[in-house]
Amino acid sequence: MAVANIQVLETPLVLYALRRADDALILGHRLSEWCGHAPMLEEDMALSNIALDLIGQARELYSFAAKAEGRDNDEDKLAYLRDVRQYRNLLLVEQPNGDFAQTLVRQFFYSAFADLYWRAMMMSRDATLAAIAAKSEKESAYHLRHASEWIIRLGDGTEESHARAQGAIDHLWAFTGEMFAVDESERALIQAGIAVDPASLRGRWLATLSDVVSEATLVLPQSDWMQQGGRSGRHSEHLGHLLSELQSMQRTFPGLTW
Amino acid sequence: MYTQALNTAESADRDLEDAGKAAKFQARIDAEERIEPNDWMPAAYRKTLTRQISQHAHSEIVGMLPEGNWITRAPTLRRKAALLAKVQDECGHGLYLYAAAETLGSSREELVDAMLAGKAKYSSIFNYPTLTWADIGTIGWLVDGAAIMNQIPLCRCSYGPYARAMIRVCKEESFHQRQGYEIMVTLCRGSEEQKAMAQDALNRWWWPVLMMFGPPDAASQHSDTSTKWKIKRFSNDELRQKFVDATVPQAQYLGLTIPDPGMVQDAEGHWRYSEIDWTEFKQVLAGNGPCNRDRMAARRKAHEEGAWVREAAASYAAKRAQRQTAQAAE
Repeated sequence: MAVANIQVLETPLVLYALRRADDALILGHRLSEWCGHAPMLEEDMALSNIALDLIGQARELYSFAAKAEGRDNDEDKLAYLRDVRQYRNLLLVEQPNGDFAQTLVRQFFYSAFADLYWRAMMMSRDATLAAIAAKSEKESAYHLRHASEWIIRLGDGTEESHARAQGAIDHLWAFTGEMFAVDESERALIQAGIAVDPASLRGRWLATLSDVVSEATLVLPQSDWMQQGGRSGRHSEHLGHLLSELQSMQRTFPGLTW
Repeated sequence: MYTQALNTAESADRDLEDAGKAAKFQARIDAEERIEPNDWMPAAYRKTLTRQISQHAHSEIVGMLPEGNWITRAPTLRRKAALLAKVQDECGHGLYLYAAAETLGSSREELVDAMLAGKAKYSSIFNYPTLTWADIGTIGWLVDGAAIMNQIPLCRCSYGPYARAMIRVCKEESFHQRQGYEIMVTLCRGSEEQKAMAQDALNRWWWPVLMMFGPPDAASQHSDTSTKWKIKRFSNDELRQKFVDATVPQAQYLGLTIPDPGMVQDAEGHWRYSEIDWTEFKQVLAGNGPCNRDRMAARRKAHEEGAWVREAAASYAAKRAQRQTAQAAE
């Protein structure tokens, strides 16, 4: 039985919150796929922990979005009843886990950004977003430390781990540009002091990356070609499969309480 | 690292000395004292505990797989977070138990290798599949419920590190059990479809859960010495009966039927269950359960595919130590 997608009235504020919520949920979901399958028990714990933080952030942001929208949507409807074209997350976070290096490089690129972003968002004129930011910043700082330590270990570990880490950096680099892009909808929120201009964080993000990557004896790619589209629902093929799994219960058994 | 003594010339003296130590050891056990890692203990006590604690640790880790099977499909965000946190707890129990086993002289690597080689066992309940969301509720309610029944007495086990590990593990397990039961309550208050899902899960898990307490007392191999050493305080059948008596009213509250038409309540109030199919138990133990091969394959795959990561971490740690030594020498 097919369940219709919900319709969301994407005002700038709703869209803004949905984008961040989708980032957190999709990345949290990806990390949760490792649970029980990680290279060591300590990483089963760590990756699950990060996934839990991100799912927690997603829930707060979805609730915020639902409230801002002011109709009868809620966190679960927003997560489970929008299809791939309605999802607004970055292409980076939906990329498959690949090997451990690919997962950690994806996390490193994202967390280095999220740490700066949420810290800046603590000054948002919207009190709820500022509170969400304060909590998310603390978590992101830990996520960044965890990922950075692994980038260094893998880069400066064995020949194989070095090659895998460098391969992951080269592969995922093209998905980083989207984090700093701003469209019309978001521009207004930035001007109103509700959102932060991500472009203003790119210099510091790059500096964080450079420090860690050079300690890891790795290099950042020279290429500046960047993939985009996630923010407006033009995703990679990977997201549809993720959503069909994530949403299977709500799509199969519509309208029930679990 | 614990090894057998190699010097046989001294063995007569050693035997005499050990007999004295063994008597003192048993006196301490009888006085309810805790045995700690550096205390003298009979080799068989060490071996029994290493086997039991490591099997327990393996069970926690393999047990992550059936429940982990539903993390990506949990029906709501709240359920998803709770399940992920629960499976993460199981992993923590595994780590904690491996650490307790290590105090007896075997490394985590050796213990894990024995499991991956198929030489060490884990609880056979995890060789059954989780087919629907109701299985997640049922595992929490019954599998964790049975585990608690087994583990509460272990909080008073004579070996200190194991007893202390169990105190912490039991606290988390009772939380998981309540969480599982709450999933069942929600399903049973839900639609006909949800209630049928709950009943189906109970039908499939009931008998395997009763088998978790191990073979009937008449056929149990390890109980005598384990009881003498106060590792085990209740027999398999005693614990199984206690579990059944606690569970029947919970099933009644849910409006579910226990799949045992022959079950009756005796004059003392105990629920007498029908004969357990021990052939099934033996088959699952022998590797022929529905998921034995899948579980082992998943653990081996994680171990093999993670090898390069563990090598990288070790190599980096060695390089770093070398650099620090070189720096200190300058």
